[in-house]
Amino acid sequence: MTYTRETDHGTPAAIATGKSVTLTIDGQAVTLPEGTSIMRAASLLGGSIPKLCATDSVESFGSCRLCLVEVEGRNGYPASCTTPVAEGMVVRTQTDRLKKLRRGVMELYISDHPLDCLTCGANGDCELQDQAGAVGLRDVRYGYDGATNMGQAKDQSNPYFDFDPSKCILCSRCVRACDEVQGTFALTIEGMGFDSKVSASQGEGFLGSECVSCGACVQACPTASLIEKKVVEVGTPDRAVVTTCAYCGVGCTFRAEMRGEELVRMVPWKDGKANRGHSCVKGRFAWGYAQHQDRILNPMIRASVSEPWREVSWDEAIAYTASEFRRIQAKYGTRSIGGITSSRCTNEETFLVQKLIRQGFGNNNVDTCARVCHSPTGYGLSQTFGTSAGTQDFDSVMQADVILVIGANPTDGHPVFASRMKRRLRQGAKLIVMDPRRTDLVKSPHVEADHHLPLRPGTNVAMLTAMAHVIVTEKLYDEAFIRERCDGQEFADWADFVSQPARSPEAIEPLTGVKADEVRAAARLYATGGNGAIYYGLGVTEHSQGSSTVMAIANLAMATGNVGREGVGVNPLRGQNNVQGACDMGSFPHEFSGYRHVSDTATRSLFEQAWGVTLDAEPGLRIPNMLDAATDGTFKGLFVQGEDILQSDPNTHHVAAGLAAMECVVVQDLFLNETANYAHVFLPGSTFLEKDGTFTNAERRIQRVRKVMAPLNGYADWEIVQLVANAMGLNWTYDHPSQIMDEIAALTPTFAGVHYDRLEAEGSLQWPANDAAPDGTPTMHIGGFVRGKGKFVVTDYVPTDEKTGPRFPLLLTTGRILSHYNVGAQTRRTANTAWHPEDRLEIHPSDAENRGIKEGDWVALKSRAGETTLRAQVTERVAPGVVYTTFHHPETQANVITTDYSDWATNCPEYKVTAVQVMPSNGPSDWQRDYADQAKMSRRIAPLEAAE
Amino acid sequence: MSDETEVMSTGDRLIYMANQIARNLAAQGEGEAVASTASHIAKFWDPHMRARIVALSAERPDALSPIAAQAVRAISA
Repeated sequence: MTYTRETDHGTPAAIATGKSVTLTIDGQAVTLPEGTSIMRAASLLGGSIPKLCATDSVESFGSCRLCLVEVEGRNGYPASCTTPVAEGMVVRTQTDRLKKLRRGVMELYISDHPLDCLTCGANGDCELQDQAGAVGLRDVRYGYDGATNMGQAKDQSNPYFDFDPSKCILCSRCVRACDEVQGTFALTIEGMGFDSKVSASQGEGFLGSECVSCGACVQACPTASLIEKKVVEVGTPDRAVVTTCAYCGVGCTFRAEMRGEELVRMVPWKDGKANRGHSCVKGRFAWGYAQHQDRILNPMIRASVSEPWREVSWDEAIAYTASEFRRIQAKYGTRSIGGITSSRCTNEETFLVQKLIRQGFGNNNVDTCARVCHSPTGYGLSQTFGTSAGTQDFDSVMQADVILVIGANPTDGHPVFASRMKRRLRQGAKLIVMDPRRTDLVKSPHVEADHHLPLRPGTNVAMLTAMAHVIVTEKLYDEAFIRERCDGQEFADWADFVSQPARSPEAIEPLTGVKADEVRAAARLYATGGNGAIYYGLGVTEHSQGSSTVMAIANLAMATGNVGREGVGVNPLRGQNNVQGACDMGSFPHEFSGYRHVSDTATRSLFEQAWGVTLDAEPGLRIPNMLDAATDGTFKGLFVQGEDILQSDPNTHHVAAGLAAMECVVVQDLFLNETANYAHVFLPGSTFLEKDGTFTNAERRIQRVRKVMAPLNGYADWEIVQLVANAMGLNWTYDHPSQIMDEIAALTPTFAGVHYDRLEAEGSLQWPANDAAPDGTPTMHIGGFVRGKGKFVVTDYVPTDEKTGPRFPLLLTTGRILSHYNVGAQTRRTANTAWHPEDRLEIHPSDAENRGIKEGDWVALKSRAGETTLRAQVTERVAPGVVYTTFHHPETQANVITTDYSDWATNCPEYKVTAVQVMPSNGPSDWQRDYADQAKMSRRIAPLEAAE
Repeated sequence: MSDETEVMSTGDRLIYMANQIARNLAAQGEGEAVASTASHIAKFWDPHMRARIVALSAERPDALSPIAAQAVRAISA
């Protein structure tokens, strides 16, 4: 792909009314949807009316007056961006009078704009420059000696882009992009007339303002006023490759804009069906980790974790890995080793890791990080609906009338989707937020929840059952839907259960702490407010009743008929970029790709035939079971691709003990992560920029990842797994990931129609994509559930065993923030640390005052599992009795605090409920100091011996 | 549970897990809950874990709840 800008039609597509009009533009007849602007119509005909304040990501504004046109029979010169097409209209876009008017407008702009084009960062990529050429500007009659806005100080506070007010033409595209696309409303035009100026928040620098650095303003800017620092540094790109972001489960597609092999910028792709041309600070800007100096590029081995690493050849590292795994199996048995697939790696790579384990290791000891996030989603939705995935695409939210957000903080965790949701809320959809914290969605500019249910952590099932109680006892359920689509007896049993007085909002108010009236009002709104859509996150799953909560959500959706069409549904917001795909690819120890149990003879035979081995029919070990078995001495070897279980998994002491008890831990990663402190082999991994493959996002959308540069470590991750497999005698012969996808398609019914040529042609496909659904499935369960009849499951509230008490009176809940991603391995190695240099503990002012804690104080955070220290942030975002922190920084190791309690069905850890005490502290704990010393020792790399 | 630091042994953890499954399925009624608990353990626990819980149920007959104990008996049959 050579470099061309994406076409900008000037104004967005019209809202569909089903009607069209026919008009003539410059002699060409055209028929278009009613409501289309003349500017867009001309662009769709292949023309381009000069413009500056218009761009198709925001509504038209009509301020620059450059896009004037003549319309037969109308007086004056209307702006084509704000004038809709009309039946029989005759438009001229280029006449002598228009040329003169446009030149006059352009003269005024240029009279107050620096003429430093040759040294400007946007030279050659500047719409002002283009339009000056387009209108034939040759002279500025006003001269340059009058008052100007040139010479103003640049705002270079944002680590990723500069703001130069001297180059601003006050088109307000940035302000409108912040309002309409991002929905943050951080920018404004301050001052009046000649003194007008773009301003972030109240005249603050961009970094210190409310700006979330999503990049929408930079993308919208037609000049170099807002420009990426990297473009200033490197120059404009000369080619672009469309690929998929490697951060969260939204799965934004970007144009990786390159100069040679150097990545200049990531620009959100307008045709991307997940992100529709929008981005967040991580995907847009935080990719510098790919070239970070901490990246390990050579394989390393060591006999003991107390020794320094020794750099070796790939051949030696691979041979050592294979021989160690075979040695361990010979000594301790076939089931003594296992592996963990990565939700950050591609579908193809994940498929190969589980294949290596099932085919090569000869057991089913494979698990993935979904164990600690959305495994309850897989279980709960499989039980109730018959498939382990969300029901909708992201576009569906634009048809929702009532949005119920449970245990999710999308403005931080899934920011690009949150912007779509906020847009729908600004259009009038109602919002219910069920969350212990007062997240941004509860109240932020132009968005306010109609009901916030700040429930006590651990009481989700009680709360959802109380909502069901209201819906059933007040007969707000959809009887026709239930009769047609669900099992009637199961509904009757469930309705009887939830109707009991003990499950009423009034009865559970002492448990949840939420007023019964508010619960009743929220339940009535969800049941009767039109299309009801549920979006949920890890605040649902990471509990001892995570699976029950997912099933309680599914019950609510079925009872109200909110499944099986656009605008409704049950939508898990998946955490990592490919966590959906990792689950789809057979990463769980009990099932093959496509969620088929290993004990199913027909399925197993299919794989046995394809792979030429006999496969184990018994379920394997989950991650916590592997660690238990390791401490018991029966599990001795682990292959970990692209995960950092020591930092991300609960009860760090337990994880460390398990890893330390193993004889061979192999880590394949970009960096020497925390888990690698206990590793014996390190295989350097490749970034998403360095390989081909696919990711599957939270809407089941399979999208291409495309290689834009050669892997710095020498191999893509799938090639490394193939090397290990072949060293273990498996004789794999893949030349390209497309061949792996072909194998996946052949073995997985829901992926049967997924091949690279289809993905190239369609851009993306949502599974199931097969003969029954050749173009994929944007909305699931239309006309019937995958399992047949929808299954209502009785979900009894069982309180967690993690209790507060005199020594641990507060409840800790953990999560992530906008600027960082999970364990921070990537984002900590970017300038995103400007926003979040350390984990902090959010604590309510009353709890802080009771303990003598002030903003910024060091505090000790202690649970039954362990203790750490960090600094306090005193805030009313958390309720009294609840504290919150992130887990992005290994210096804090928030998971030293979290416990072994987990979901009853899946062992997903109970990250969201830990009883703790908080007290003032002087600084890092003894454990933190010891850990830092140990990590430093463990990361030593022996100097290479000089050649003879 | 007391406020003292507690570290579960693997055996204790398996007993805890079996009881936790049983407790969450108890609302189905005893007969169905036993069958569902047994089915869950058979479907998701590896053979070594299953063998261990069967052995533990014999060693510590009071540690398992009635539903969990019946479920373990069912998978050992």
